[in-house]
Amino acid sequence: MHKGHPIKKKRWRNLDLYLLLIPAIIQVLIFRYWPIAGIQIAFKNFSAKKGIWGSSWVGLKHFMMFFQSYNFWEVLGNTLTLSLAMLLFSFPIPFLFALFLNRLMNARFKKVLQTVSYAPYFISTVVLVGMLYSFFSMDSGLINLIIGKMGGESVNFMGKASCFVPLYVGSAIWQTMGYNAVIYIAALTNVSPEIYEAARIDGATKLQSILHIDIPALLPTMLILLIMQLGQIMNIGYEKVYLMQNALNLSSSEIISTYVYKLGLQQARYDFSTAVNLFNTVINFILLIIVNRVSKKASGSSLW
Amino acid sequence: MNRVKRYDPDKVFDVVNTIVMVILFLIVLYPLFFVAIASVSDPNLVNSGKVILWPKGFNLDAYQHILTNANILNGYKNSVIYTFVWTAIAVCVTVPAGYALSRKDLPMRKTATMFFVFVMYFQGGLVPTYLVVKQLNLLDTMWAVILPTCVSVFNLIVCRTFFEGTMSDELLDAARVDGVTNLKYFFQIALPLSKAIIAIMILFYAIQQWNSYFDAMIYLNSKDKFPLQVVLKDILIQAQMNSSGAFGDAESVAAMQRIAELVKYSSIIVASLPMLILYPFVQKYFVKGIMIGSVKG
Repeated sequence: MHKGHPIKKKRWRNLDLYLLLIPAIIQVLIFRYWPIAGIQIAFKNFSAKKGIWGSSWVGLKHFMMFFQSYNFWEVLGNTLTLSLAMLLFSFPIPFLFALFLNRLMNARFKKVLQTVSYAPYFISTVVLVGMLYSFFSMDSGLINLIIGKMGGESVNFMGKASCFVPLYVGSAIWQTMGYNAVIYIAALTNVSPEIYEAARIDGATKLQSILHIDIPALLPTMLILLIMQLGQIMNIGYEKVYLMQNALNLSSSEIISTYVYKLGLQQARYDFSTAVNLFNTVINFILLIIVNRVSKKASGSSLW
Repeated sequence: MNRVKRYDPDKVFDVVNTIVMVILFLIVLYPLFFVAIASVSDPNLVNSGKVILWPKGFNLDAYQHILTNANILNGYKNSVIYTFVWTAIAVCVTVPAGYALSRKDLPMRKTATMFFVFVMYFQGGLVPTYLVVKQLNLLDTMWAVILPTCVSVFNLIVCRTFFEGTMSDELLDAARVDGVTNLKYFFQIALPLSKAIIAIMILFYAIQQWNSYFDAMIYLNSKDKFPLQVVLKDILIQAQMNSSGAFGDAESVAAMQRIAELVKYSSIIVASLPMLILYPFVQKYFVKGIMIGSVKG
């Protein structure tokens, strides 16, 4: 019967589906692929007069300049520190939250807590950082008022280099814990109640059944999320970092993406900052491919 | 029956777990609660740590100030416009494209999918994108905020996954026998069956645009075009940043600090108002959306 293979016969028969795709294709061509073509200025001496294509080639000059610049190691180090701190603290907490939330006895409290837990996700970055400045401000912030009441000295949290990473990571956990736990919580509801019942009859305590039932059930999901996170390790966004940055904490808050923004758009060094960005993109891309390949071999899960 | 149990490990677990979760609940909720009570309290009492559990010196001055602050009001208006236009365009582009990609009989389906997925992992970056926007003469127009980001590949994949999971081949075959074309099938049969994904997309996109500031900051120069988040950034962060030790033009800084002191809590509430109103819907569809999105692209 040819019922199952009408496609083979008329390969181009569904070409009209492309009418639905064309707007998206045009948008992506203009605003995603055209900029990729513009990356060539990383290897050029960009002059606004001659344009992207007419500017003269300079090879790896900008890259060399970046590697030799006095803040190369600082910027790279800050980027990696922030990413690794996020991975170490912000990644496992939603996992743990889901595990223990799932075991709450009071069903109503469980529901309320889950709903409340992802409310902060809807707060904008500007508002979140605004809240940080309010809560941690030197003279009128709630935290310093409490420290003061307990007889301690006020700390300029927002203007202290050593406080930048903890504040960034801590506020990220506060904002995204509930949201990131949603996937895990849903995965846990797929565990059949009979397994728990069997474990209980065999005398397993709750902690034991978390260890031997829940964690193995969540592992595949966690692995995929871990790959995604590892593949983004150099891709930490500038939006929040830029807002938290000030002259006093710059030595730990200047990361590659904010550096690119300042050089590129504030100082109009288009070619150099594009080179810095390309360095970041390429490393990240290579990392993503390696991580993906390793995980494909080890567990069969892959991003594509 | 004599039970010789000195302690039941499950009971201990339940008690400890409940206590930890209550603490967590307070940690998540308290900052939000504090913002709410601080916004209706006397700023002097807030700044001296007298407001902890309930409003003190209740007044609505801060809200009154917002309602008379031209910058904030104008920003609000701009944000509403940008969010509406951007979301409308984004949804109209993303949903049909997601449907087309979900069709297994789409010619060159693999290539088309790769075409989109590639840009999720490899981007031109800030400056090359800026130069494109500049070359198109979009700088300092609302289209600079709208066009460059109006297709999210992630959302596109979410749509594709949704259609793959919900549209049956039998329905398509039956329609074909009746001579229905692909476009007609999409608009008259698939779309009406897919209200859930449209709702999810509207939410995903609207929230993203309402909360974003960066594109507006780099592409817009005229103050009267600033969306709310950029106005808030200037009030909430620039002013307070200066009190943390960075320096700026002293007079305007002082003026901004005065405004900031007044509205730093109430503006948070006002900016989050659309989210608060949407929250019941957001909740229902957001979880659904995350679940579809978590199936790999």
